[in-house]
Amino acid sequence: MATDFAFPDSAAKAAGAEQEFAPEKMSLSMGPSHPATHGVLRLQMELDGEVLTKCDPVVGYLHRGDEKIAENMTYNQFVPYTDRLDYLAPLANNMAYAIAVERLAKLEVPARCQAIRVLTAEMARVSAHLMGLGAFGLDVGAWSVLVHSLNQREHLYKLFEELTGARFTTSYTRIGGVSRDIPDGWLTRVIAFCDQFEPALEETLSLLTRNKIFQDRTVGVGVISRADALAYGLTGPNLRASGVSLDLRKDKPYSGYEQYAFDVPVGSKGDCYDRYLCRGEEMRQSVRIIRQVVATFPGGDWYAKDARKIFAPPKDKILTSMEELIQNFMIVTEGPQIPAGEVYFEAENPKGVLGFFIVSKGGGVPWRMKIRSPSFCNLSILPKICVGTMMSDVVTLLGSLDFVMGECDR
Amino acid sequence: MSASVDAITSLKGKFPSVTDRLSSDCPAVNVPTGELIAVLKSLRDERAFDLLSDVTAIDWAEGASPRFTAVYHLYSTTSHAAIRVATSCSGDDSAPKVPSVVPLWPGANWHEREAYDMFGITFEGHPDLRRILMWDGYPYHPLRKEFPLAGIETVLPDSEVAQETKAKVIPAPMMGGPFVASAGEMNLTDAEPRAKDESWSERSAKPGV
Repeated sequence: MATDFAFPDSAAKAAGAEQEFAPEKMSLSMGPSHPATHGVLRLQMELDGEVLTKCDPVVGYLHRGDEKIAENMTYNQFVPYTDRLDYLAPLANNMAYAIAVERLAKLEVPARCQAIRVLTAEMARVSAHLMGLGAFGLDVGAWSVLVHSLNQREHLYKLFEELTGARFTTSYTRIGGVSRDIPDGWLTRVIAFCDQFEPALEETLSLLTRNKIFQDRTVGVGVISRADALAYGLTGPNLRASGVSLDLRKDKPYSGYEQYAFDVPVGSKGDCYDRYLCRGEEMRQSVRIIRQVVATFPGGDWYAKDARKIFAPPKDKILTSMEELIQNFMIVTEGPQIPAGEVYFEAENPKGVLGFFIVSKGGGVPWRMKIRSPSFCNLSILPKICVGTMMSDVVTLLGSLDFVMGECDR
Repeated sequence: MSASVDAITSLKGKFPSVTDRLSSDCPAVNVPTGELIAVLKSLRDERAFDLLSDVTAIDWAEGASPRFTAVYHLYSTTSHAAIRVATSCSGDDSAPKVPSVVPLWPGANWHEREAYDMFGITFEGHPDLRRILMWDGYPYHPLRKEFPLAGIETVLPDSEVAQETKAKVIPAPMMGGPFVASAGEMNLTDAEPRAKDESWSERSAKPGV
């Protein structure tokens, strides 16, 4: 029997139509208020069918002028503003900022203070990666991951609240120390958190790692080559997923990171799946660091006692001693006295390298402060890697880059 | 750190006009604007400073000469050394200029756009020098020292809405600001309200609203 399939006329016409007309490109604006843009990022895209031919990210919707504000207030007054950079990991920002100013003042904080900072920064890293993971899962259609990770973040928030008095905007560090010592029994509760978190993390990751749907959406999608990642200044898990082993905690240790053993996960392909795997492994390593810090938690002072012009003494001393009262008054009215100079300090934050470039002419107010935010640099590669991807992969890509607009726009 | 010191020593041999810059941390150099690209290229290709961390600028206030300095932070992912390269911008204060490094590091694109947006520095050879954080058509460069902390009244970014509503972007109220007394100035009443707008408060209405 002859197999001469004849399509009905209408279907043949419909199928042929696309070849007759050169399809026009469509412009599409995504955001600034769009669930997949994780804040107020806007993408102006040009599409050929479902494939992107151009992508122009528009940032700045959350610009608050943090750098201008910093020039008009004392060093300690700026600490709350650092909470609002990467608002998923305020404790890590607090620490990066405090160390930057301390480097300028050539001030060494005691071992206990360093340990507290490392501990809180690693807890913040876990909390930030959990949110990144949950949001990424949500972007590719796995709702339950977010529920699991928010549950774990709630445990962390309870610990943050007990330590700093705030769940979210912690403002914990001061120049030369932290705002208060750790509460009694807090370290036991941190270890209790780790004990229940480790199996919970494995369970959460197991929802995605071998998930066929998740792999189909992420493996080989949004590949960033090693050369591109370096050329565009990517940092953090996004750079490491592309095969560059750059982790400032290992390479240029600060705040005593050299004492702790941990591994730096590095990806091989640089696709969305690798970035996911890196974040998952970093959480395991963070828990490892947290356990080591607690095990070797040093005693002694928790602030730089001899830095009399920089760190305001504890309240009970201010109210009972004239010397401390004067010291506190000077620091509150004129700010911590920081010598003139230029310093650029970079810390390995959850999103990447957070840098503070501070120019001081002496006194309590910086002359210029530049915040080098990792999300800003990580997003700048979008015009390069979005071209040629499918529209639906852009959502995956944005989720895997794990940016925070508060930090990008400053 | 020795890798960056070595790099600077060899750099000075190659470019005699390179001078040391005061720095509280990593080694830093001052470079004439004309040699900036050559110096950065040599650091990238011969000394493996492959990661451009940051590009920014400093405004040394009106009357200072040179008024604007562009600052580049380089990092080597192999030797883990860091270096700071600074150059004074050429051109007059209203239109400072510096060559663009986008041909060397595509990632400098957004950093230079930000410095243009905030300071009005023209990066010559930049492929797409537009504002990035402020909106297109914004008339000021907010990180310049003469720009007040409270802001300046401007038109809304959306021209249609601006025409219809006659609304404007008004300066921030700066209640109780700006936050700190200048050290060394004895008259605190004059010193404190450096940008304080006292023409209105919680009790008296804002003029022109």
